[in-house]
Amino acid sequence: MSARNPDVAPGRLPAEEIERNFGDLHPPLSKSEALIAADRCYFCYAAPCTAACPTGIDIPRFIQGIRSGDLEGAAVAILSENVMGGMCARVCPTEVLCEEACVRNLHEDRPVDIGLLQRHATDSFLQSGRQLFARAPATGHRIAVVGGGPAGLSCAHRLAMLGHSVTVYSRDAKLGGLNEYGIAAYKTVDDFAQREVEWILGIGGIEVKTGVALGREVSLAQLCRGYDAVFLATGLAGTHRLGLEHEDLRGVVDAIRFIAELRQAADKAAIAVGRHVVVIGGGMTAIDVAVQCRRLGSEDVTIVYRRGREHMGASRYEQELALGEGVRIRHWARPTRLVGSDHVTRVEFEGTRIGADGRLEGTGETFAVAADVVFKAIGQEMDWDGLGAASAVLQVENGRIAVDGNRKTSLDNVWAGGDCVAGGKDLTVTAVQDGKLAAESIDRWLRSGRAS
Amino acid sequence: MTKPGNGAMDLASEFLGIRSPNPFWLASAPPTDKAYNVNRAFEAGWGGVVWKTLGEDPPIVNVSGPRYGAIHGNDRRVIGFNNVELITDRPLATNLAEIRQVKRDWPDRALVVSVMLPMNREAWAKYVPMIEDTGADALELNFGCPHGMSERGMGSAVGQVPDYIRQAAEWCKSVARIPVIVKLTPNVTSILPPAKAAKEGGADAVSLINTVNSIMRVDYDTLTMYPATDGKGSHGGYCGPAVKPIALHMVAEIARHQETAGLPISGIGGVTDWRDAVDFLALGASNVQVCTAAMVYGFRIIDDLRSGLSHFLRDKGMTKVSDLVGRAVPSVTDWQYLNLNYVVKARIDQELCIQCGRCHIACEDASHQAITHTVNGQRRFEVIDAECVGCNLCVSVCPVPDCITMERLESGVDPRTGQPIRSEPADWTTHPNNPMRRCPP
Repeated sequence: MSARNPDVAPGRLPAEEIERNFGDLHPPLSKSEALIAADRCYFCYAAPCTAACPTGIDIPRFIQGIRSGDLEGAAVAILSENVMGGMCARVCPTEVLCEEACVRNLHEDRPVDIGLLQRHATDSFLQSGRQLFARAPATGHRIAVVGGGPAGLSCAHRLAMLGHSVTVYSRDAKLGGLNEYGIAAYKTVDDFAQREVEWILGIGGIEVKTGVALGREVSLAQLCRGYDAVFLATGLAGTHRLGLEHEDLRGVVDAIRFIAELRQAADKAAIAVGRHVVVIGGGMTAIDVAVQCRRLGSEDVTIVYRRGREHMGASRYEQELALGEGVRIRHWARPTRLVGSDHVTRVEFEGTRIGADGRLEGTGETFAVAADVVFKAIGQEMDWDGLGAASAVLQVENGRIAVDGNRKTSLDNVWAGGDCVAGGKDLTVTAVQDGKLAAESIDRWLRSGRAS
Repeated sequence: MTKPGNGAMDLASEFLGIRSPNPFWLASAPPTDKAYNVNRAFEAGWGGVVWKTLGEDPPIVNVSGPRYGAIHGNDRRVIGFNNVELITDRPLATNLAEIRQVKRDWPDRALVVSVMLPMNREAWAKYVPMIEDTGADALELNFGCPHGMSERGMGSAVGQVPDYIRQAAEWCKSVARIPVIVKLTPNVTSILPPAKAAKEGGADAVSLINTVNSIMRVDYDTLTMYPATDGKGSHGGYCGPAVKPIALHMVAEIARHQETAGLPISGIGGVTDWRDAVDFLALGASNVQVCTAAMVYGFRIIDDLRSGLSHFLRDKGMTKVSDLVGRAVPSVTDWQYLNLNYVVKARIDQELCIQCGRCHIACEDASHQAITHTVNGQRRFEVIDAECVGCNLCVSVCPVPDCITMERLESGVDPRTGQPIRSEPADWTTHPNNPMRRCPP
C-alpha cells in the first residue's frame, strides 16, 4: 500500500444531510402509536420485563397508565424507580433487557415497544417541567457526591428526596456524565441530557460544583472529613492504550473524546472526519463512533474486533445498526502496527483465534487497512491517581472499586457506583440503580446513627 | 363485491316465504334510509334490507348535534356504539316512491319496510295499505326504538307492554296482506312475554334485538354527559359487538321455550363477521340483520359475511343455511339442569405458555388459588387440581389461543372434593342440598 496524504476534513456531506443524519434515531411515538403499542402489553403478573430492568421499573403498571390516559401516573411509576427514565428510554439496550424478556417474543417474536413507550410517558411529563417528588423534612445530614453522571445524579436526587443536603462535584463543565459526553448524538437530540439534569436538580437541596476534580481541587480525605458520607461516581476517566508503537501519531484518537466533541458541537458539519476510518474495539462506543463517522460522510469505516461477533460488547441490534449504515465489521483480528510518518495512514492487523490454552493468540496471518483516522474504542479504566492515599486502602476488584450489595465500599462512610465499581454492566441504567441503592443505604446508615 | 370462490356454497335464504340470495339483511337504520344507500348495499351484495322506519307525516326532526357515540379499543376499533337518531326524517311520499322503485330494480332482494305508528287502529288502517302498495315484501313493526319515539308512546314504549304489542300487531295484521315481523326491544326483564304477545297478535315473525338503553360516558373536561347537544344528552340505543351476547340470549329464549318455539326469528345485535352470524343462526334465528358493522366499515363487510358463512357450511357438511338454523338450541337449558357430576380441570400447555402469569393472578385474586407461579424456584404456571373448580377464568384471560384447555375427569376421585367421579349425570333438581329437590327417578 503506497503512502498517501491523510484525508481528514469537515463537510463531507451537504449540511442538510448531516442535520438529517443526526436527527432522532428513534422518533417518539405519536399519541395514537403509543396507544396501539400499549395495547400490546399483556399486563403480565410479576412481569419478566420488570425483572429484567436493572432499576426494577414496574413496566406493566406504567404501560397501563399510557393505556388509560394517566401519563402522570405512568411517569411516577418510571421515575420513582429510575430518575433518568427519560434518558434510559433512549439509550438502554432494551433488546437485551426488558424487551428481550417480553413474553410477546415467545408468541410472535416481536416485543412490546417498551423503550419507546417509556419515552412517551416520560417526555410528556418532563415537558411539563413539574416536579413529581417532594423532599422529606430536612435531616441536617450532608453528603458529597463525586461525579455528575447517571450514578451521581441518581444518588443525589434520592438523597435530596430523603431530606439530606447534597453537594455534587463534577470535573466536567456540564453535569450528565456520559449522557452528555459519551452517547451518540442521534440517540439524544434537542439537548435532552441537560433538560433532564435540570429537572433532576429541580427537586432542590442539591448544590453543584463543576470544574472540580477529585485529586486535583479536592481530596477524598477532605470530603470524608467535611461530609457525613461520600458517594464516588467518578466513572472511568482513563482510556486503555493499544500498547503499540506510534500510538501518539496524529490521527490516532480516543473514540470517547471524539464522541464528546461531536456531542458538544453546535454544527456537526464543522467536525473534521476521516475519509478512511478504522475503529478498534467491539463495544457500544465502537458502534457509536463508527456510525457517526458514516453519518458525517466517511467513505469507509471498518470496525476491527479481536474476538467473534457473539463476544462483542455491542448488542446484536447495535451491530446490525452499524452494518445497515455501511460499516464493515471484521472479527478475529488485533492491531499489530500503526503506520505513518507524522499522521497515521494505515493499520496492520494479525488474525486471532482461541488457542489450546483458551487464551487469545495470533494466527500469523496479517492484513492492513488504510486509515486517515484510527479510533481506539477498547474501553476505559479507573484513574486511580484522583483517589490519592485512599486508593491504597480502598478494596479493589478487577481494577475497579469493590462494593457490597448496598454499593458500600470498604471504607466506613464511602459508597460508590456507576462505571467505577466492579461488577457493573457499564450502562446508564445500572449506574442509576447503583446511585439509588447507595442513597437508600446511606440514608439507613445515617438514620441508624452510625454517622458520628 | 368480490366474486365467491369455487368452494362457496349457495346461501339462498327464505324467510316467511321471502327469498333473498343470502341471509344477510341490513337492519332498519341510517344505512337503509334512502334509495341511494340501499342501491349501494344491493350492489355490494346484501341479500335484503329493512327500510328505515317510516312514520306519519309530518316527518320527525332530528337533532343537529351529535347522534352517535362509541366505545373504542385503544386501536380505535369500535366495540360498542349508541345513537339518538329517530325514525326517518323524510316525507312519507318520498320514501314510498323510492321503495317502489328500488323493489322494481332489485326483484331478487328482500325489501322489508319498517314502520312505527301510534296506538290507534285508524293509523294502521291508513298507512299499511300505502306501504304494501309499493311492492314491499313484508312489514317490520318497530316496537323497539328506546329513545325519543318512546317518549311519544311509540317504539319501546309499545314493546315493553305485551298487551300493546298484541293489540298493535292485531291492528296491523287485520289490514296487511304481506307478512308482519314484530321487532322487539331488549329493554325488558324477560323477552318471552313480548314475543308471546307478538305471536298471539298474529305476527308472522319477530326480529330482535333493537338497541339497549345507554349512556356512553361523561366528557372528562366538562363533566357533562357525552355525547351532548348544547350541554345536554339523553340516553341512546346501544348496539355493536358489545350487545351480541344479550341478543343471543333473547333469541335462544324465544327459540327454546314451548310457547314461542317455531316463531320465525330474524336475529339482530352486533353481527360484524360471519361467526357472529353462525351464533345467531345456530341459536334459532333464520336470518340476520346488520347495522353497526355497516355503519362503521361500510357495505363491503358483506364479502366476509357471505364468504365465511359459505365456507363454514361446506366444512360442516351442510348444504344450505337452514341446515344450521337452531342447531345449538337443544344445548341451551336452565342452570338447574346442568350436570353437577361433570368435573373438569384446567390444563396449561407448557409448550404454548408464554409465562405472562395472567392465569395465576386471576386465579389467585379472583378465583380458587389453583395456579402456581413458581415451581422448584422457576417461573412456571401449573394447575393445582386439588384447588381447581374448572371455572374457565384462566382460559378466558390467557392471551394465547388453546394454551389453556379444560379437561374432563372421567373416573377416579376429584382431588378437590375427595369424592369419586360418577359417570351418571345428576343435577340440582335432585341434589341433597336443594330444599326443593325432587326424588330421583
